[in-house]
Amino acid sequence: MAELEQRGDLTPAPSAWEYAEAPESRDIVKLEERYGLFVGGEFVEPASGEYYETIDPASEEPLAEIPQAGPEDVALAVEAARDGFANGWSAAAPAERAKYLYRIARILQERSREFAVLESLNGGKPIRESRDVDLPLAAAHFFYYAGWADKLEYAFPHRRPKPLGVAGQIIPWNFPLLMLAWKIAPALAAGNTVVLKPAETTPLSALLFCDVLRQAELPPGVVNIVTGDGRTGAALVKGDVDKIAFTGSTEVGKAIQRELAGTGKKLTLELGGKAANIIFDDCALDQAVEGIVNGIYFNQGHVCCAGSRLLVQESIYEPLIEKLKRRLTTLRVGDPLDKNTDVGAINSRQQLEKIEELVAAGKEEGAEIYQPPCRLPEKGYWFVPTVFTNVAQSYRIAQEEIFGPVLSVLTFRTPDEAVEKANNTPYGLSAGVWTEKGSRILWMAERLEAGVIWANTYNRFDPASPFGGYKESGFGREGGRHGLEPYLAFDGVEASGG
Amino acid sequence: MAQAPALPTGFELPLEPRLPRIGSVDQVAVEARATDLSRRSIKRESKVFALDLAVRMMDLTTLEGDDTPGKVAALASKAVRPDPADASVPSVAAVCVYPNLVQTARERVGDSGVKVASVATAFPSGQSPTDLKVAEARRVVELGADEVDMVIDRGSFLAGRYAKVYDEIVQVKEAVGDTHLKVILEVGELGTYDNVRRASLLAIAAGADFIKTSTGKLSSSATLPVTLVMLEAIRDVFEETGRRVGMKPAGGIRNAKQAVQTLVVVHETLGVEWLTPDLFRFGASSLLNDVLMQIRKEKTGRYQSPDYFTID
Repeated sequence: MAELEQRGDLTPAPSAWEYAEAPESRDIVKLEERYGLFVGGEFVEPASGEYYETIDPASEEPLAEIPQAGPEDVALAVEAARDGFANGWSAAAPAERAKYLYRIARILQERSREFAVLESLNGGKPIRESRDVDLPLAAAHFFYYAGWADKLEYAFPHRRPKPLGVAGQIIPWNFPLLMLAWKIAPALAAGNTVVLKPAETTPLSALLFCDVLRQAELPPGVVNIVTGDGRTGAALVKGDVDKIAFTGSTEVGKAIQRELAGTGKKLTLELGGKAANIIFDDCALDQAVEGIVNGIYFNQGHVCCAGSRLLVQESIYEPLIEKLKRRLTTLRVGDPLDKNTDVGAINSRQQLEKIEELVAAGKEEGAEIYQPPCRLPEKGYWFVPTVFTNVAQSYRIAQEEIFGPVLSVLTFRTPDEAVEKANNTPYGLSAGVWTEKGSRILWMAERLEAGVIWANTYNRFDPASPFGGYKESGFGREGGRHGLEPYLAFDGVEASGG
Repeated sequence: MAQAPALPTGFELPLEPRLPRIGSVDQVAVEARATDLSRRSIKRESKVFALDLAVRMMDLTTLEGDDTPGKVAALASKAVRPDPADASVPSVAAVCVYPNLVQTARERVGDSGVKVASVATAFPSGQSPTDLKVAEARRVVELGADEVDMVIDRGSFLAGRYAKVYDEIVQVKEAVGDTHLKVILEVGELGTYDNVRRASLLAIAAGADFIKTSTGKLSSSATLPVTLVMLEAIRDVFEETGRRVGMKPAGGIRNAKQAVQTLVVVHETLGVEWLTPDLFRFGASSLLNDVLMQIRKEKTGRYQSPDYFTID
């Protein structure tokens, strides 16, 4: 073997190939110093008179002042939505509703670079992802539900679907514009009007979206946006709405469910997860490694369906972990606006502290930590992609949702054991199965308690595919024909709780 | 003959298995990964670095029925001095020609350091008896080739007669001795990424110094996902045995952008260690001029007419 390598005068390999900075220009985004609430088609100052600063988590630089909507502001927004509903939207020809949704979709495509930059700026996610994932999917959602708007009778034959009225929608900070699209598109297609509250830390893309609505000439009051922290959300839940759709933490979801009990308001919840990504020894190994990386480091692990618990068949454990560690060394952590960045900034200081706390707990409990060598920027919120091996099912890092770039690795021996461990969690949002054996994929999918199961891929989304949870990951589905149902009342089946 | 290492189980071969398994390739996922890597944005000094490297890694090739000593002499001169107007542009790695033209190429490259590579083993089909192929390979070395590019017998491979393919590579390797052996898989005829991986491991196990995608005679050749699959096979062998095998995509890489994308795939799959002509080559005929044009553009800030670059 040695003689194979001896080929005389070898040319030395270079010691490194550093990619030059390739930042996407942020000039395309024009920020206001101070924003208003979007109520009845106009930006209005909050009656509360309160504002807070929204920042760029990669630099901690303030970007704009955002209104903190109080109960009075929320009530005005709900009233505007009521008016919008009564003054035409609910009675508009379904094809008319479709027209606006198609317009919105096309405008989002046309302005996608602007939105992608803003999304990365305000949320910390790599431009590669906001450009290639968030924006195309957000536009696709509007296109998809535009198509349903005049076909509701076909979606639910013999059930005479009717809109509910005003939907209150509360979305998280991990995919700000995409979650907005998931919420607004089906609600409007079904004939409802909307009051939406974006997350406290990432309001900017929702506020820019108001400009898209104006450009599309959507009638006033059909979509209203109120910004603020959890108090604003609480006011919306208490408000005179017919339905609440919430995506966020299980803790808040439970509080909302308690609040709404007995009110007759419809509710859908899309909550946390602690998904098992299950690797069988006959899988395509290098592609499974990519799937693991995409499952947990995509969007800094700020993904409710992230594959945060890796279950590896013991017979393949060592080569897989070696490959995974090697792959981690090629992840590029840094400036979200750099086109070569794979992992961006953690969304907020609060989230960073939560991740740090759980990682410290993992070390203390005895798990073995691996982090690739990594230079992090000095300012901003950052966390190195992390793998914990030697994790026991009982550790906090195997039980609790970390919502960061932290993977916990456990092993299993047989398919039965994989199912048992995967289901042994209060959550049930998603799971991944990696095997070349088609029959095993089906066998596993029948037994895993999760709303979404990916086979030989991970974190793939499509507007036609319903998404939602089992157990404490929530109820109701978003996406697909299923995603219309929570926004409709049916003949003899009026809106009712849960 | 060198001890053939790294034999996966499942082969009908009389060697002790060392890789735990051949493994498989997921088509959708490997293509998605290649697409992701192709979106890296390589600019300024990192681009200049890559373009310079691409020239130094190039096997400037002509493999046509109408090749003449005049044509090959011109190509060999270009190989030594790709850009007469810019002395800082390095020579390419090798010229690759048919056996009858090895001596012409040899004389023209002289002691410039540019290697002469030639094809053998009934290129491009490989459909000849083994003894003829072995004799051809031996003769090519006698004619003065520094490197031999052989083709595998795809007919036998697709018929499942892996041992025959393997034995033939072993015999050719024996015949060429210390001469650098590149084994062409002709991926366009293999049909699946699983086969590309299987053929890569087989060729490496039989003693290939390099594995090479294609003859350049088919329209489907060195795509980015195929290159990635072969690099992953090389990586698995390296991690299992410590042995370093080279890679040569050939055919289909026509412009500088594709070359840079390919180098990104090498860099992020095998690391900077493989960014040397000893472990990576581009087999190409029309790529060089586009790379030269891009180098000129990076240096002067503007594009020049193709008329300023020689056609050889």
